[in-house]
Amino acid sequence: MFRPIEGLAARRMVTLRVEGRAVVVPEGQALALALLQAGVESFRETPVSAAPRGPMCLMGVCFDCLVQVDGRPNVQACMVHVRDGMQVQLQRGARRADPTA
Amino acid sequence: MRDLDTLVIGGGIVGMSLAYGLARTGDRIALLDEGDDAYRAARGNFGLVWVQGKGLGRPDYARWTLQAAAAWPAFAAELGVRTGIDVELSQPGGLTMCLSDDELAGRAASLQALRDELGTDYPFDVLDGAQLRALIPQTGPAVVGAVRCPLDGHTSPLRLLRALVQGYESLGGALHAGVHVDAIDRREGGFHVRADGITYSAARVVLAAGLGNRALAPLVGLSAPVQPNRGQIIVTERLQPFLRHPTLHVRQTGEGVVQIGDSKEDVGFDDGTTLAQLSHIAARATRCFPLLEGVNIVRTWGALRVMSPDGFPIYQASRECPGAFVVTCHSGITLAPQHAGPLVDWIHGGAEPPEITGFKVGRFDVQTH
Amino acid sequence: MTHDLIVIGAGPAGMSAATTGAALGLKTVLLDEQPRPGGQIYRDVTTADPRLAALLGPDYMRGAALAQALHRCGADVRHDTLVWDVAPDLTVTGLRDGRSFQLRAPQIVAATGAMERASPIPGWTLPGVMSAGAAQIALKCAGAVPAGRIVLAGAGPLLLLVACQLLAAGATVAAVVETAPAGRRLAALRHLPSALAAWPYLAKGMRMLRTVRAAGMPRFKQASALRVVGRLHAEALEFSADGRTQRVEADTVLLHHGVVPNTQLSRLLRLDHVWDDSQLAWHVVTDAHGQTSLPGLRMAGDGIAITGARAAEASGSLAALGAARALGRLDAAAFAARTAPLARALAVERRIRPFLDTLYRPPRDITAPADETIVCRCEEVSAGRVREMARLGCQGPNQTKFFSRCGMGPCQGRVCGGVVTQLLAAELGKPPGAVGAYRVRAPLKPVPMGALAAMADHPGEEHAQ
Repeated sequence: MFRPIEGLAARRMVTLRVEGRAVVVPEGQALALALLQAGVESFRETPVSAAPRGPMCLMGVCFDCLVQVDGRPNVQACMVHVRDGMQVQLQRGARRADPTA
Repeated sequence: MRDLDTLVIGGGIVGMSLAYGLARTGDRIALLDEGDDAYRAARGNFGLVWVQGKGLGRPDYARWTLQAAAAWPAFAAELGVRTGIDVELSQPGGLTMCLSDDELAGRAASLQALRDELGTDYPFDVLDGAQLRALIPQTGPAVVGAVRCPLDGHTSPLRLLRALVQGYESLGGALHAGVHVDAIDRREGGFHVRADGITYSAARVVLAAGLGNRALAPLVGLSAPVQPNRGQIIVTERLQPFLRHPTLHVRQTGEGVVQIGDSKEDVGFDDGTTLAQLSHIAARATRCFPLLEGVNIVRTWGALRVMSPDGFPIYQASRECPGAFVVTCHSGITLAPQHAGPLVDWIHGGAEPPEITGFKVGRFDVQTH
Repeated sequence: MTHDLIVIGAGPAGMSAATTGAALGLKTVLLDEQPRPGGQIYRDVTTADPRLAALLGPDYMRGAALAQALHRCGADVRHDTLVWDVAPDLTVTGLRDGRSFQLRAPQIVAATGAMERASPIPGWTLPGVMSAGAAQIALKCAGAVPAGRIVLAGAGPLLLLVACQLLAAGATVAAVVETAPAGRRLAALRHLPSALAAWPYLAKGMRMLRTVRAAGMPRFKQASALRVVGRLHAEALEFSADGRTQRVEADTVLLHHGVVPNTQLSRLLRLDHVWDDSQLAWHVVTDAHGQTSLPGLRMAGDGIAITGARAAEASGSLAALGAARALGRLDAAAFAARTAPLARALAVERRIRPFLDTLYRPPRDITAPADETIVCRCEEVSAGRVREMARLGCQGPNQTKFFSRCGMGPCQGRVCGGVVTQLLAAELGKPPGAVGAYRVRAPLKPVPMGALAAMADHPGEEHAQ
């Protein structure tokens, strides 16, 4: 769980849907940070053992922040920036080969 | 220090299959293997246990392969019991996907020719597009059909090698890794093999060093005219299972990753990967399975196959230096049970399996007519 | 050839290289994965909120000047671009907006930077365990801090710096747990005279210590046997210190044991590396102007060896000057005149390193962790498993990878590589330099199959994009 510090300049906000839930975050922020501030602690369950994982490095190295963005699985949330209407699902285990199936 | 019964040079799939089989018979045995950065065809293995299409024009090789495929289930079970490792053998039948009618007809004709040559039961059938899609719904529209052999399957090369090493060591086999053989000298009743300053003495020596056999074979009065042939492989992220049947170029492993490989290049001792080749491998794979388009590639490989001039194995005992053997092939996975079983018996002085009598180096000599 | 100079990475080294290259008249393109320049150290500096900038300090805002200069220099700057292959003939393959493209230049400066050293301890894979650098990124990118109790643990300059920054931001830092074993300070003192030449760093360190003390924050020293406790996320950090087991309740555990060069690109190209025992990391072998063992491929900044952000600026400029000289665009006299002050600046920045490297040398249980610790996070392979592979006969990371799947996941060995090398070295009784590293292949990061397949239709095409 992360929270914004006090007194920073206001930013334009956008609305994401995270696991169906509406979440309002500053536009252009890295998705991983938006999710952390929305109270999401575990972003995925590993394909090997279904262990819960969340972001570790926030710089694209650890690959633990993988989520599904707009139907695309295994996206590094720290490398994607939020847009209004973005759909986010947690990555539970191995992805389907065809996510639309 | 007591002498060894057998010394095996080379710890890849071929070497370890032999060593495992030898250790199983109670031989006092040691194996010498090079370092972490050696070429290691074993690391580039696709994992197919494959019958279809093999031995065209050489029915003895087709028979050797058929025997291997039939022996695989017991071999896998034995390794499982001995080491606790499941090598993930699965033999549901294998497919060669064809992207044109000519390709399909050509492959079917080859298999028919094999069937005619062998005169035994050589099972295969031809699936048209509809039948193929009934079997594998994810097949892309560009695929016109496939040839299927119910005897084909696949295994995990990774787990297999680890099981062989573990099984070998549990049977008392010694493994000396990270060493390079400098010399092999004959002595009465056997051989002195010098590697990195240490001498190993053994009654028998088996050369299973892949491309390294070329330099080693002459030391024991043999010849192994093998050349590297590069294959490149693409590996995806883990996926939920969707492909049960291995295909010649695409298969899904027990971990869920998809392995794709489909290339043969003569580039010498270069195990690098090239986008030129990888892009073609990827393009063919997405034509066969369009759902792979959006799947992430996590790894790629280049590895050097060990190719004899005609692509068939060399199994030869040295006449000049009795007790020395050279073993080389490029289908080490499929043939693993044969290497651990009948070949070991032969190395021990037993009968040479009739299927392999033709695989001598003399066949490469140029005949003048 | 599409350009004279391709620069990879928009951190301080890359920004400097591109700016210098463009100023020398080289047709320069800069490729970077992030949406804005700055790399990690100056991440989001171009959009920094003034209050945040004040909190992060003047060092951070230096990046703004670099970014400004980059913006003005006329180089072709392409963001949101992943470089996923560099071929031995220096063809660069990038991915942007889902499509692959290729560029080629006779000179490349790879300024791919550093990453945090892995801090493998039991429980480190739980949600809520992050690197200290990650907390800094959260501040820089989102002005955000962990909401609950925070404990920082490790050894390295970032530990105290992040603790101070979090305090200033109003976060709750429950404790700082230092893992540097006894004797480090004494050993580091040997390098103090050299370090004094870079006294601003020392002064900064002293200020941070005073801040932490003044805040009354519990500080533990010479801690060992660290483990994160928790079921679904971090709940506490346990460790041994002061002769007994300690436990600090925390919702967020920030680990830090220094940074190491990110060697994916340098390994992809099979450049010469050496294992550096003072930084416990691989260094790329380069000459004074970044030229590696592959002609035309230069490196700059922390991607070569850890020398810090200021050194990276000088390093990037030196590499660009070397490139210009190699292209015949700079005569010998001008080259000597321009490079001399930069080389001096680089030398000064380097003087603090032996002191810092000795003071903050990671403890053994971090570089060669206990058996139960997960080392490969992607494939969930433990240190014990890696040791077992060595006993089975594996002589290095590649055989170990093949047998255990360690290093086969999407991070492609970035996180586990250094630990595996050191684990194997200890188990095999060989120096890490002899054990080697993972073989790295394209793609440098996972890319969709379709992006590779699409290239089959356009073999070897060079786009003047």
